[in-house]
Amino acid sequence: MEKAIKVKGLQKSYKKLHVLKGVDFEVEKGSIFALLGSNGAGKTTVVKILTTLLKQDSGTATVNGFDVVLKPVNVRQSISLTGQFAAVDGVLTGRENLIMIARLRHLKNPSQLADDLLKRFNLTDAADRRVATYSGGMSRRLDLAMSLIGKPQIIFLDEPTTGLDPEGRIEVWKFVKELADGGTTVFLTTQYLDEAEQLADQIAILHEGRIIVSGTLAELKKLFPPVKVEYIEKQPRLEEIFLAIIGKREEK
Amino acid sequence: MEATKNHFFNDMGVMLGRSMRHIFRSMDTIITVTITPIAMMLLFVYVLGGAIQAGTDNYVNYLLPGILLMAIASGIAYTAYRLFMDVQGGIFGRFQSMPIAHSAILWGHVLTSLVSNAISVVVIILVALIMGFRSSAGIMSWLVVAGILAMFTLALTWVAAIAGLSAKSIDGASAFSYPIIFLPFISSAFVPTASMPFVVRVFAENQPVTSIVEAIRALLSCQPVGNNIWVALVWCLVIMIVAYLFAIKAYKRRV
Repeated sequence: MEKAIKVKGLQKSYKKLHVLKGVDFEVEKGSIFALLGSNGAGKTTVVKILTTLLKQDSGTATVNGFDVVLKPVNVRQSISLTGQFAAVDGVLTGRENLIMIARLRHLKNPSQLADDLLKRFNLTDAADRRVATYSGGMSRRLDLAMSLIGKPQIIFLDEPTTGLDPEGRIEVWKFVKELADGGTTVFLTTQYLDEAEQLADQIAILHEGRIIVSGTLAELKKLFPPVKVEYIEKQPRLEEIFLAIIGKREEK
Repeated sequence: MEATKNHFFNDMGVMLGRSMRHIFRSMDTIITVTITPIAMMLLFVYVLGGAIQAGTDNYVNYLLPGILLMAIASGIAYTAYRLFMDVQGGIFGRFQSMPIAHSAILWGHVLTSLVSNAISVVVIILVALIMGFRSSAGIMSWLVVAGILAMFTLALTWVAAIAGLSAKSIDGASAFSYPIIFLPFISSAFVPTASMPFVVRVFAENQPVTSIVEAIRALLSCQPVGNNIWVALVWCLVIMIVAYLFAIKAYKRRV
């Protein structure tokens, strides 16, 4: 299988803080890859290096076959980044945000493209409102829509659901799955284990500057075989209760 | 690389359009940048002006160049503010990770600063005309004045870029402009330097605002400009080059 991302021996320090101490991993084309780690583990640093925002101290990283240091322009043409904070312009309207990115990607017919994306991301009603008035979930949806402009082959999502309510999270998950089904490679970082479990084909855990485990969920589960099988009554999780009630409300 | 170079002007145009929208959508920007200098002008002309011995019968004429510089100094604080907001929010990272001319991102802000300051300068001159400002200067002199003001704006914009790119907080991003706004007071902008105590006078006569104010005043009143214009241009150029180098350095550190 072809690799969308290859990382070898990646090291990065901020002054005295040695954040990455030799990170290695590979991401297969068209897969969803989740980089797990606690706060401050260096997930964002990895994303910044892979998206050409930051230079590593040593090691190599190739994205879509291009070295991030030697061919940054080719890398930028292949990717799109949705950062930790919604990378949207609050003063502009949703439509203006989309048109701006389409124009910066030098695409034809930016307004048609904007209309299509607004519809797809369920933002048509809010299209002409300033983004500052959007809810967290709406901003995130716009953020994702902006990332899809120009059909990048690889999409980086840095903690895409942090700060979202449960509905917002499920919406984001749905879009991520749709993207991967369409052949886009998705690289996401998260601190939520269930998010990785729900979405990822491959999972890597970044801890103290290194990838300590990586593989598919099934492979990871094999590392910790259940010691004993017990039958217990399945309690609904709070999230399920919440969503069931909200769902009923909306049906009425 | 070729592809991104060819798109430089398109990309910069998009960036300019974006930040001009920011300006026109925030009334407080427009108010602070034009109303404050206009209020100062009213205060100095109608309250203090009667008691000020500037050696001129038209104090508005005397005052206008200094007011324009103050307006520009407070205008560029918003450039720092806008840059800081971009860097803090995710939008800067998004632009950086896109295949666009990176210099277009900064130049978009610089151009916005030039355009918005030009607008406020024009508004202030119109108000000054109502207040009795008169000039017999020809088109050439006006063009030179416009050129000096543009140079001054550019120089301060790059200073603002350093602040915007390296500030840790929003207050820090705009606080740098207060001393610059204050500089015209310790110059010949409001009163001739001759009446100042020795130390203050030495400072006032040798700081950039005085030579810029004197040059503009001379041009607008059809007096010989003398050396002032060259001193003014050298000041602007030196500030611009030094600030530009530091701004680029701060920019690279951010990337």
